[in-house]
Amino acid sequence: MTETPQMPEMPEESIPKVRHPAAEAWEMFARNHAAVVGLIVLILITLGAVFGPMLYPTDPFDMVWAPFSPPGQEGFLLGTDYLGRDLLAMIINGARVSLIIGLAAAVVSIFIGVTIGALAGFYRGWVEEALMRFTEFFQVLPTLLFSMVIVALFGASLPMITLAIGIVSWTAVARITRSEFLRIRELEYVMASRASGAKNMKLMFRVILPNALPPIIVQSALMVGSAILFEAGLSFLGLTDPNVVSWGQIIGSNRQYILDASYTVTIPGLAIFITVLAISLVGDGLNDALNPKLRQR
Amino acid sequence: MADETKTPLLKVENLGVRFAVKRGGGFGHKSWLHAVDDVSFTVNRGETLAIVGESGSGKTTAALAVARLVDAWTGHVDLSGHDILAMEGEELRQVRTKVQFIFQDPYSSLNPRQRAEDIVREPLASLTDKSKDEQREIADRLFAAVGLRPEQKRLFPHQFSGGQRQRIGIARALATQPELIICDEPVSALDVAVQAQILNLLKDLQEEFGLTYLFISHDLGVVQHMCDSIAVMYMGKIVEHADRLSLFDNPLHPYTAALLSAVPSVDKARRAHTKRILIPGDPPDPVNLPKGCRFANRCPVAQDICRAEEPELIDRGEGHRIACHLVDDSRQSVL
Amino acid sequence: MSGPLLKVENLRIELTTRDGVCPVIDDLSFELEHGENLSFVGESGCGKSMTALAIMGLLPEGVGRVAAGSITFDGEELTTASRPRLRDIRGNEISMIFQEPMTSLNPVYTIGEQIAEVLRAHQGLSQKAAWDMAVELLDAVRIPNAKGRVGDYPFQMSGGQRQRVMIAMALACQPKILIADEPTTALDVTVQAQIFDLLRDLRKDTGTSIILITHDMGAVAEMAERMIVMYAGRGAEIGPVDQIIDHARHPYTKGLISCVPHIVDTLTDERARLTEVPGIVPGLAEFGRDMCLFASRCGMRVERCLQERPPMQDFENGQRAACWRAEEV
Repeated sequence: MTETPQMPEMPEESIPKVRHPAAEAWEMFARNHAAVVGLIVLILITLGAVFGPMLYPTDPFDMVWAPFSPPGQEGFLLGTDYLGRDLLAMIINGARVSLIIGLAAAVVSIFIGVTIGALAGFYRGWVEEALMRFTEFFQVLPTLLFSMVIVALFGASLPMITLAIGIVSWTAVARITRSEFLRIRELEYVMASRASGAKNMKLMFRVILPNALPPIIVQSALMVGSAILFEAGLSFLGLTDPNVVSWGQIIGSNRQYILDASYTVTIPGLAIFITVLAISLVGDGLNDALNPKLRQR
Repeated sequence: MADETKTPLLKVENLGVRFAVKRGGGFGHKSWLHAVDDVSFTVNRGETLAIVGESGSGKTTAALAVARLVDAWTGHVDLSGHDILAMEGEELRQVRTKVQFIFQDPYSSLNPRQRAEDIVREPLASLTDKSKDEQREIADRLFAAVGLRPEQKRLFPHQFSGGQRQRIGIARALATQPELIICDEPVSALDVAVQAQILNLLKDLQEEFGLTYLFISHDLGVVQHMCDSIAVMYMGKIVEHADRLSLFDNPLHPYTAALLSAVPSVDKARRAHTKRILIPGDPPDPVNLPKGCRFANRCPVAQDICRAEEPELIDRGEGHRIACHLVDDSRQSVL
Repeated sequence: MSGPLLKVENLRIELTTRDGVCPVIDDLSFELEHGENLSFVGESGCGKSMTALAIMGLLPEGVGRVAAGSITFDGEELTTASRPRLRDIRGNEISMIFQEPMTSLNPVYTIGEQIAEVLRAHQGLSQKAAWDMAVELLDAVRIPNAKGRVGDYPFQMSGGQRQRVMIAMALACQPKILIADEPTTALDVTVQAQIFDLLRDLRKDTGTSIILITHDMGAVAEMAERMIVMYAGRGAEIGPVDQIIDHARHPYTKGLISCVPHIVDTLTDERARLTEVPGIVPGLAEFGRDMCLFASRCGMRVERCLQERPPMQDFENGQRAACWRAEEV
């Protein structure tokens, strides 16, 4: 090649900004408008559950007025139920219980599911066989019946209800975790970590698990929603802690009056519907944000 | 390189790797796929041995077994006097500092959630007791050695191009100052123009650090450029093993000859007088290998003996080893 | 009919991305003669496959569109043709085979059913006639025991055999043009040799023109008469293969040829250092700028390369190159 005396300098290639994957994920999330609406609603509900009882200190168990006062009358925004209790106070206090049970049950099922799925997917062989048969056993149990048995046997306290819901709903997490582990453990960077001397525990929880998290997170978000529904189902059937109010319980206790005072059932029903919908929308947004296939390279 | 007295660094003897395969559903009986079957070779210090072969030849499996990334079923792997296959626990982790691996796919061989710098110092963190500052210092030097800029240390893998990612992979392999680096198709996932960058880098690093390479590839052009000796594998076996000049000038095993003739070339002279040896058909089922030579069903010159007896890999002089019944010590081409 | 079979003139294809509209193909012109084998060469991201998709009328809908220029097939304008007409041409006149024979066959139908389906749809053959024809085609692409294997499912075949089935399907309607997009990249080199051999013979027997898209200069040298080197959506160099390999007129072509360690005939102990083409193909955002897009990687660039896009320059031997310094290369 001929020598060029005056080869012009190219402008220096710019270094891409160091952006944390989380920042990118947020950008993808924000592009899903429904998810953002869901997130705002969810934040409002959470704020209401945390601070509501302080701002609106009416005791949900107090008889404050005549029973069956329709909403908006006599100064009670949402009216009163069949015992004359303030529905607004019940909804606000019930939000706490519903959210706590939803979150806690999801945590329990994630803990069980991720552990079992990770072990099965990582070790393969007989460990996987055994754990997956165990998982299938839980999958084929009729979930509502099984959780009713647990609550009936061990008492209807909040922790027991949470545990019961967690125990019957971890199987989906286990299956997702396992399949992600099976996929990721074959990728070369896991092999590279092994060649670098990483031990099994590190491979499992520091290398594979973080990369397996996206679908697990999405599933967990949806699980909070279904746990809230599950709790509503249980308390509708009366399997609930009598010392706390929950949305399902409100519906359950007012169900005889559904024709005469439908608002006593529809209002807590709406609360459940809006909360679960918001969680689902957020879960959908998380899916967009964390699913790398949608992300441009 | 060539004038130094040759001392073997890696000696592989009768290596075998097999996988259990289930045929016919869950209750079918188990049979074995011998991915690597009775493979022996030596790599001299400071040199490059290539293992070439097509998909299913077992070349990558053999390399993984040497690095203890898959379990060998039988055989010995001796790295400067230590039998790698017999090691366990702490001892094995120490050996890992001596043998490092460069992977094929720069897109899947880097953990997407780690920053470049952390990827490079991972072997140091896992295998040595160097302090974090020392690890970072070494990572800095390696970044420079593989041609990356220091500002790029904090980036995540997806912010690099394929060639740059492969450079990160190379830096990681160099971190513990290994004696042997196994390169598994290090450029086959890269664009052609980028391949040269990486191949030149590998050559430079070899000179600078006195590295020994075990180079796995299917690309005979790359192999011819990079290696001192070449072992050709077919269906789990080495069929021919010779130094670079002998193998390319006088390929003796019919499979090697066919393989060489199949490579398209821009060299007009070569195209004009290379007779293309087309080998018809496909390799046999690796689980139910036929009796005799594994190449016999596609070999243009196969005789009755080839279908009856499996040929051994025999040194036919000057270290040119061939596993073919038809080749004798005169080293005449049989085609 | 005289004149070229396919004529592409000043083709410009725009792709709508998040960052705006960019020309993935920018002012590309070439011709394909009857029975000719033309090769597209270049790195990934240079627009080789996009050109093929444009000819097939298969640009990603809503994302890519022909913004300017024309594609004339046998005297018929394709850029403005109706969808049914394009569909008709796609099956009958122009067919395409892809890189991944694994994923381009439908796993739930036998290969016989898939080939027969094509024949029935495009040629209106009866079930029986289509099936017989499928066997014939499999035989033509050298699948041993075609009669016995026509009922096989794709998973029962090797990669090379699947690619042959794809070729059989592509040839089912005796197309005038066969576009092969990296047809052997996923295959072993001995199988590649079989496929190339097959394509060569088919061309001889049927007179089909072939457009071979590849990154392998060796394959081009073996298969094609003329080639187009693509870079960043533009034609860098066009001409007869032998001439270009002998004396490339564009630094990129030169780099592509010399950066690959080719098997050479006379081997010595000496090993020349490979020529590097530094850097990588520019991102889509750079496409369409009025400069030589290769300049950032070029060892011969001058001020002018950064300020003006070089036009195609003709040489007597039929070579054309888009480089300001083509004469010096």
